[in-house]
Amino acid sequence: MRYLPLTDTDRAAMLDVIGAPSVDALFADVPSDLYLDGPIEGLPLAAGEMAVEKHMRGLSKQNLAAADAAFFCGAGAYRHHVPATVDHIIQRGEFLTAYTPYQPEIAQGTLQMLFEFQTQVARLYGCEIANASMYDGSTACWEAIVMAARLTKRNRIFITDGVHPHYVSVAQTMAKFTPGDVDYAYPVARAEVGEDAICASIDEETSCVVVQYPDIMGRIPDLQQIADAAHEKGALLIVVNTEPVALGALEAPGNLGADIVVGEGQSIGVGLQFGGPYLGLFAITNRKHVRQMPGRLCGETVDADGKRGFVLTLSTREQHIRREKATSNICTNSGLCALAFSVHMTLLGEKGLTALAAENHRLACQAADRLAQVPGVTVMNDAFFNEFTIMVDTDARQLVRDLAKQDILAGVSLGRLYPDGDGRENGLVIAVTETNTEEDFEILASALQEALS
Amino acid sequence: MNQINQSGWKPGTPVPADRGEEYPTVTGNKALMLEERLIFELGRTDTCGVDLPEPDPAAPNRLGKFARQQATGLPGLSEPETVRHYTRLSRQNYAIDLGLFPLGSCTMKHNPRLNEKVARMPGFADVHPLQPVDTVRGALGVINELAHWLIELTGMHGVAMTPKAGAHGELCGMLCIRAALEARGDARKVVLVPESAHGTNPATAAFAGYEVEDIPAAPDGRVDLAAMKARLGPDVAAVMITNPNTCGLFESEMKAISDAVHAAGGFVYCDGANFNAIMGRVRPGDLGIDAMHINLHKTFSTPHGGGGPGSGPVVLSEALCPYGPLPFTAKMPDGSIQLVEEENAAEHGHTETFGRMAAFHGQMGMFTRALTYILSHGADGLRQASGDAVLNANYLLRSLDDVFDAPFGDSGPCMHEALFSDHGFAEGMSTLDVAKGLIDEGFHPMTMYFPLVVHGAMLVEPTETESKAVLDQFIVAMRSLGERAKAGDEALKTAPHHAPRARLDEAQAARKPVLTYYTEV
Repeated sequence: MRYLPLTDTDRAAMLDVIGAPSVDALFADVPSDLYLDGPIEGLPLAAGEMAVEKHMRGLSKQNLAAADAAFFCGAGAYRHHVPATVDHIIQRGEFLTAYTPYQPEIAQGTLQMLFEFQTQVARLYGCEIANASMYDGSTACWEAIVMAARLTKRNRIFITDGVHPHYVSVAQTMAKFTPGDVDYAYPVARAEVGEDAICASIDEETSCVVVQYPDIMGRIPDLQQIADAAHEKGALLIVVNTEPVALGALEAPGNLGADIVVGEGQSIGVGLQFGGPYLGLFAITNRKHVRQMPGRLCGETVDADGKRGFVLTLSTREQHIRREKATSNICTNSGLCALAFSVHMTLLGEKGLTALAAENHRLACQAADRLAQVPGVTVMNDAFFNEFTIMVDTDARQLVRDLAKQDILAGVSLGRLYPDGDGRENGLVIAVTETNTEEDFEILASALQEALS
Repeated sequence: MNQINQSGWKPGTPVPADRGEEYPTVTGNKALMLEERLIFELGRTDTCGVDLPEPDPAAPNRLGKFARQQATGLPGLSEPETVRHYTRLSRQNYAIDLGLFPLGSCTMKHNPRLNEKVARMPGFADVHPLQPVDTVRGALGVINELAHWLIELTGMHGVAMTPKAGAHGELCGMLCIRAALEARGDARKVVLVPESAHGTNPATAAFAGYEVEDIPAAPDGRVDLAAMKARLGPDVAAVMITNPNTCGLFESEMKAISDAVHAAGGFVYCDGANFNAIMGRVRPGDLGIDAMHINLHKTFSTPHGGGGPGSGPVVLSEALCPYGPLPFTAKMPDGSIQLVEEENAAEHGHTETFGRMAAFHGQMGMFTRALTYILSHGADGLRQASGDAVLNANYLLRSLDDVFDAPFGDSGPCMHEALFSDHGFAEGMSTLDVAKGLIDEGFHPMTMYFPLVVHGAMLVEPTETESKAVLDQFIVAMRSLGERAKAGDEALKTAPHHAPRARLDEAQAARKPVLTYYTEV
């Protein structure tokens, strides 16, 4: 087996030092009636690189890759161009095969990168402090809700209807087992976010209001209005962002009254990968709340010679020190995805992020205008960034399946995300990025025209 | 021990004095050891390493009143500067690719590059999680095939694939247990956790809403069965056991523990962090375990990446399967393995699910890597891997136990990790000093001060992907450090002397946290 360096000669010599007759003898503490004395039956045996690669390629080919389709899927995961540099850097063994940086003297590469990443996220979000990443956007969102409950000591969790339904689902799951009641209703397919109604529903029991920006249907909520209403009642505003590229064009949530900003970082550097691994981002606007934050934090310090260096810090919040009193049970985070994000963000910088966001928005506007010309299609949104919802006069879920047969991945139907009702079954969420072309828009528009006629 | 100089490294040869002090440089660099500034000191907000069209201020705008007014202040670098920045940083990291990484309970084994190649196939890397199911049959095929292996290797009934890492998997397992208890109207409040458990275990139990009580270890390093039995009762929801445990020992009474917990109406959670030792040798399902997470980033070689991403599928017993989260993968009555999602949960009778734990389908990029690893090994190779992992650990244990105290050296063979204590060190010398000394010798330190049940614990896990030659070098280094610790060698107190940084001031970092780079934006 190519990954196992020991030879039978080595094994014999080592058993001799140990004083054991065989490798099996080292498992003497396993009850003999339960010990497996050979390979488990019915499973394949070892295979060489070529055979395994061929098998996996066979599975891979059963999937329709985004690059081979006219592609418009978003709803929490976006296809962006990832510069070749990103994948080269994350495949460097010193990053790829390192562990969590518990020995800072020989992990300054990872630590300095994390410190840079934290600062990049804080600046993108308009926040004071960001952590070194969470699993993904959905779990970061729940951790923010838990943190808000710790800070406010209140129990009502108000999740507004524009939040990604998977994120809501995670919160509802977790709320079953923890104090706190989730207040949430399915969205109605309409252009208005309904900020007035949201503000009116915030009360003295409300721990936090969770608002997605831009939301699942591509609408852009007025964060400042909701923040003011929340703060008046002593509640915290948690803003969820699933498309970080949007913040190259939209004002940062931290500058609009958010207390905690969380999100999915996948768009920058990570790639689609059928949903994971992704990158949870977590940031706060009030430095005083730092000791209530979940997850790893990297901080600057000096070494014994006075040189600047970085370490994991404030670990008294964490499970390996505090055990059952920790702020979260999180241990592993998304270090390598954070590196991918950081490299891509460094390549972009403010200038590139602004240009990338502008290009996404320009193309999305163009696509919306083109689709609006198709009889039977209405563009629902007034305002949007790179994702908007169209209404069609048929079941959009079936429409998506039908178009997929022509290698058109037309978007994510609201019917895939929600039960039917309130016009949702006719809604289709369409994402447009810099990877799309005018030709894609024509392909989608004519296919829609044919399907809807 | 006299044939170890195959790499040209000569133990016993005096280390040349560090001439850095003698010949300082104006840059702070030392030839190949390069200092690197932060991107905030190198970059400029008007520099960009990606070619993008210049924004047209006259372009139509549907952002409403929300267009960004405040600058981000994000620095950019050109492509060559970016490559150089991160390449220079990478050289300040230790990694498996560079040498032995014997972190106990972390299973730092070789990460095969075929896994990376496969994960990047367009059919896996460039697929959206919400594409129509008919366009992702191969992706679902990967999930089902991996699920099949995990179920067969553990002898369990079903597996929840979505948990994002080990601790997330623990949470999944504990929520299944809580859902099963609640379904029978049994509001138990307490979870028992051995003192030697990973910190995530009590943190998870608390996160799932339980009170945590410790159970002590017996003098031989295993769970004190009598003490545990005495504590069992109608208020105990579950016991969280790590097997093999963190003292490096197989819990030989595991079946008796499970039977006792089940008899008292509770469930058994097993922390699967150490599954690498028993893979293909004994099946957790046969030991009476109800739920166990599997760290794909440990046992199945997906890269740790400097702290993630992980992946922690949870295998479940038949009793817990109905409560597993969506999406869920289980064996159907006809023997097939089926992916159950929201839309077909009712059809497959998976209606008692406690819900969703994360968006989408879990760590797909890790599933492709883990399946590639598993197929490369096959059932025979996986069994060989656990055997070699245990052999390597026992070889270290018996090659070092005359210099270092091995508190459970008489408790039978160790599993895939060897545990030592600081007993016998000179006054003032610590485990930390030995660990930092190892850095100078070119090895990553072992896990320090864990498990908590042993004073100054040093937990050494070599894994099966290390050669005897590497282990022999490590043994020479460790024996030397052990002797120096016993002799009270003061030079060890200030180690490392040859790393990119000397010991870092962690107290200052925590007292005055600087977590963000500040500049005028």
